[in-house]
Amino acid sequence: MTSLLDHSRGETVGYSFSQSTAAPVRQHGFYPYTDNGGSTLGITGSDFAILAGDTRSTSGYNINSRMVPKVFKIGGEDETGEGAHIILSVVGFAADGNALKERLDAVVKMYKYQHGKSMSVSACAQRLSTILYGKRFFPYYVHAILAGLDEEGKGALYSYDPVGSYEREQCRAAGAAASLIMPFLDNQVNFKNQYIPGSGEGHALEQKKAEPLPQETVKQLVRDAFTSAVERHIEVGDHLQVMIITSNGIEEVFHPLKKD
Amino acid sequence: MDKLVAQYSRPQHQNDFYSEAEQQELTEGMPPLSLKFALPPVDNRAAFLRAMTDDHANPSCPIKIAHGTTTLAFRFQGGIIVCTDSRATAGNWIASQTVKKVIPVSRLSRGEDKPSNEPTPGLLGTMAGGAADCQYWLRYLSQQCTLHEIRHKRRITVAAASKILANLTYSYKGYGLSMGTMLAGVTPQEGPALYYIDSDGTRLPGNMFCVGSGQTFAYGVLDANYKYDLTEQEALDLGRRAILAAMHRDAYSGGFINCYHVKEEGWVHHGFDDMNPIFWKTKLDRGEFSNVTSEL
Repeated sequence: MTSLLDHSRGETVGYSFSQSTAAPVRQHGFYPYTDNGGSTLGITGSDFAILAGDTRSTSGYNINSRMVPKVFKIGGEDETGEGAHIILSVVGFAADGNALKERLDAVVKMYKYQHGKSMSVSACAQRLSTILYGKRFFPYYVHAILAGLDEEGKGALYSYDPVGSYEREQCRAAGAAASLIMPFLDNQVNFKNQYIPGSGEGHALEQKKAEPLPQETVKQLVRDAFTSAVERHIEVGDHLQVMIITSNGIEEVFHPLKKD
Repeated sequence: MDKLVAQYSRPQHQNDFYSEAEQQELTEGMPPLSLKFALPPVDNRAAFLRAMTDDHANPSCPIKIAHGTTTLAFRFQGGIIVCTDSRATAGNWIASQTVKKVIPVSRLSRGEDKPSNEPTPGLLGTMAGGAADCQYWLRYLSQQCTLHEIRHKRRITVAAASKILANLTYSYKGYGLSMGTMLAGVTPQEGPALYYIDSDGTRLPGNMFCVGSGQTFAYGVLDANYKYDLTEQEALDLGRRAILAAMHRDAYSGGFINCYHVKEEGWVHHGFDDMNPIFWKTKLDRGEFSNVTSEL
């Protein structure tokens, strides 16, 4: 019996395949990603779109920098982004985010040089989806949000998962504090779970209809969302970078956030 | 002599339609897709991708890919009904409650999703599994269908379209794609046709499919109430009711009920409606879901 068992590990049993006795090829763990923390958020209105993000860069529990912007102008003429009409925010792994930004920027510029007109936001949105999906088997570790004005001049906001599924939305939070900010936005921008007082009893109560908010309200919502997220999330803080895109161009402002 | 000449000479109009090279390009014109994709520099790519993105095998994976769930389609006397929920989840996080899981395929005849009762010609695809996989490959399919339309001057059949997608998923077998999709359409050659295609390479024709984590709940309702002779309104209501059941019992389904009717002239959109009021209406007006109480 013992001999039978011993032999069963060798070739004598007659398997058509050889049972390898050599140790398998050893490989070091391949972990090419770091989560750099931070959060981003975008909201649209009837004639503008806002993208915002904090500027803290973390690695584990270390804060490596207090000024690493996450929102970028896409397709501008020089490094200041003059003349851009699309903005992109990326959160997750900053190196991947940077690479993605560079690629999209190059694509939008090439489009302009080849076609003699700037790329529409909807075209840029689909192109970004294809770029992300091009790394389906080795993904960019990023959550991207793209914003601009559509053909009718209305604010347009597109949000992405790491491999490129995308959707046009009114508002979206991404990154470390997304789970803190998104429910707040659902309630304050889309009026989820808000009802019209006195419109009925019990289940007959009428939902409050969502409508585009004025720019000042949205700016205040963005600042409230971030000051609150800073209070409860360790990876969010330092500065708030806000970009507002209107028919007059892109305005960029920085606000201080808590530094602890 | 004439016979010999005929045998060895080329017909006069041989090159008038498509040249040999053009014909070859038409028949073998699929681009080598795999070359376009960036691949990780490791031996076992599938294992790497699983370690990074698969939250079933590894709940703490760093990259959470949005997943979609509960879609159904069935054939009946008046065409095909397609219904879906609208929730996308990444792990336990609800990534979106407003996903459009019905995707119009074939671009030439695709209209914008405007609120009109005019039918739009073309096929419909549904999305379950990885949201990006479905969106991207249905977009690719759309492109192929459009090219087919231009080359052959007629719309592609559902059988042919589904085969393009099935061949595609089969060629990517083992790479870690995740999609379960249904293609529905009505063509002069086939009549109403419905196919199920998934990322394993499966391609099945059929009369009724439910796909996604809520599929069993939807099947339960459909099997109990389905008849081929349903009227259009009854069929739409049955589709909605099946999705509602799945949303109620499956945590990965929810949001809005999205309904489409595919008929001879094309597809018609029948609403993207919040499930909550529909649930309470179903309960209070029809006495269903009686195990749920509105009081504590």
